[in-house]
Amino acid sequence: MSAIIEVREALRSAHYPFSRATAEPPWMKWIIISITVAFMGVMFLLPLVLVFIEAFRKGWEGYMATFNDRATMNAVWLTLKVAAISVPLNTFFGIAAAWCVARFKFKGRRLLTVLIELPLWVSPIISGLIFVLLFGSKGLVGPWFKEHDIKIIFALPGIVLSTIFVTFPFVARVLTPQMEAQGQAEEEAAMTLGANGWQMFWRVTLPKIKWGLLYGIILCNARSMGEFGAVSVVSGHIRNKTNTMPLHIEVLYNEYQFVPAFAVASVLAMLALLTLVLKSFISDKR
Amino acid sequence: MSRPRHILPGFGLSLGYTVLYLTLIVLIPLATLFWKSASGGFGAIIHTLTDKQVLASLELSFGASFVASLINGFFGLITAWALERYDFPGRRLLDTIVDLPFALPTAVAGIALVTLYSVNGWIGSLLVNSDIKIAFTPLGVTLALVFVGFPFVVRTVQPVIADLSLEPEEAAACLGANRWQTFTKVILPPILPSTVAGMTLAFGRAVGEYGSVVFISGNLPFKTEIAPLMIVTKLEQYDYAGATTIGLVMLIASFMILAISNYLINRNLRRFAR
Repeated sequence: MSAIIEVREALRSAHYPFSRATAEPPWMKWIIISITVAFMGVMFLLPLVLVFIEAFRKGWEGYMATFNDRATMNAVWLTLKVAAISVPLNTFFGIAAAWCVARFKFKGRRLLTVLIELPLWVSPIISGLIFVLLFGSKGLVGPWFKEHDIKIIFALPGIVLSTIFVTFPFVARVLTPQMEAQGQAEEEAAMTLGANGWQMFWRVTLPKIKWGLLYGIILCNARSMGEFGAVSVVSGHIRNKTNTMPLHIEVLYNEYQFVPAFAVASVLAMLALLTLVLKSFISDKR
Repeated sequence: MSRPRHILPGFGLSLGYTVLYLTLIVLIPLATLFWKSASGGFGAIIHTLTDKQVLASLELSFGASFVASLINGFFGLITAWALERYDFPGRRLLDTIVDLPFALPTAVAGIALVTLYSVNGWIGSLLVNSDIKIAFTPLGVTLALVFVGFPFVVRTVQPVIADLSLEPEEAAACLGANRWQTFTKVILPPILPSTVAGMTLAFGRAVGEYGSVVFISGNLPFKTEIAPLMIVTKLEQYDYAGATTIGLVMLIASFMILAISNYLINRNLRRFAR
C-alpha cells in the first residue's frame, strides 16, 4: 500500500510543474501575473485613485465649493455645448461612412477608410494648428471672416471645429467592422419585401447596429469633452468664455488651486470610468 | 459603361456626404499645412530646422517615444499574455482598465502623473533619497508616454494570442520541447510582428502627445521641451512659419509610422492566416 502511495507521490512531484503540456510552470505564471498587476497598478490604478483622493482633500464641502465657482460652471457649460454640437455631427457622418464603406464595393474604398482614420494619427496640437492656419488673422480665409465680423479662432466655432476633427473617426471606425461582420441579408430581404430606404434603415439596420452605435457615441463624447491639446491651440484661454473643462483644469493647476483642479478632473475621470464600464458591458452584449 | 446596380439604397447619398464632410473637416485643413509651409519658402524651413532648441525638442520627442514604445512592448506583451491565458482575481478589472488612456482626458492624466511623481508625491517622495528624479526630467516625459501608448500594444497583441490554436504547442511538447523552447520557437513568431505593430502605433501616438506630457515635463528649454510644445511656443511668438515647419515634420513622420504598422499587420495576417 505504502509503495503505491510512494510511487504516486513520486509521479506527482515529477509531473506537477508540467501538469499540462500547454501551460507555463506555476512559478512562471505567478511571475507573469505579478508583473502585470504591479505594472498596471502603478501606471493606471494609482493615478486614477489619486485624482479622487486629491479632489476630496478638503472634504465634501471643499469638493462642492469648486462647482459654485462661476468660471468652473462656465467651463462645464462650454464643454457640454461643444459636445452637444460635435457628437451628433460625427455620429451622423459615422453612420453614412459605415454604410457606404461596409455595404458597397467601389474604387477607392480602401483609400477612403484610411483617410477617415487620419485624424487619429495627427498630433492634437497639429489638429489645432491647421485651423489657426485656416481661420487665424493671418490665415487662408481668416481675413475674409474678420471683414464680416465672424469670429472663429478664440471663439466657439474654432473649438467645435477642432473637436470635430479630433473625434472625426470614432463612430465610423466602430460601426464599419461591425456592419461588415453582420452582413446585409436582412437589409436585402427588407428591400425585396417592398420597404423603402428609410423603413429599412429604422426597422432593420438601426436595431442591428444599436450597441455598436451607442459605444461609438460614448467614445466620441468622452473624447470631445476631454480634448485638451487641439482645443488649447484654438481657444485663446479666455476665462469664462473659451475655457473648456480640460483647459480650466490647466488654469486651476497653474494657479496652485489643486483641490478645485482635481475636483474638475474627477468629473472627467468619472466620465472616463463610465465609458470603460459601458464598453465592457456592450462588448458582452454584441 | 453601365452603372453598377445595387440592391441596397443610399450609395450615392452616403458616399457623397462622406466625401464632402471628409474634405471639409479633414482634407482641406490638413492641406493648409502643406500649402502654408510651401508658401513660407525653403529658407524658413531651413531656418526652423537648424534652430538648436527645435532640434532638441524633436530629439526628445522621438527619443522618449522610442524608449517608451520599447517599455510598452515588454510590459504590453506580458500583460496581453496574462489577460488572455490566465485567470486570476482582478483579471476583468485590469482588462477594462487597459483602455483607460483612451478614455481619460490627457489633462487629467497629466496633473495626476505630475502629482504622483513630484517630490511630495506618493512615488516621488519614495525616491527623494535616491538619485532618481522623475518629474521635470526626460524620464518623466518617457513615463507619461508609456502611460499613453500602453493600450495600443495590448489591444494589438491580445486578439492574436486569443486566436493562437493550442495544437502547435501540444505538438511541440509531444516532440520533447520544453516550455521555453515552445514559447520562443512556436508562440513568439506569430505574435512578435503584431507586438512590433502595436509598438509602432504606440510610438506614433506618443510622438504627437501633448496633454499628459506638458505637466510632468516642466517644459525646460533644451531639456524637457517636447516638439508639440515647440509648436505652441512658436504660435505664441506669432512665428507661423516655424510652427508650420515643425508641424509638417511631425505629420510626415506619423504618416510614415502609420504606413509601417499597417504593412506589418497586413503581412502578419497573410503569413499566419488560418
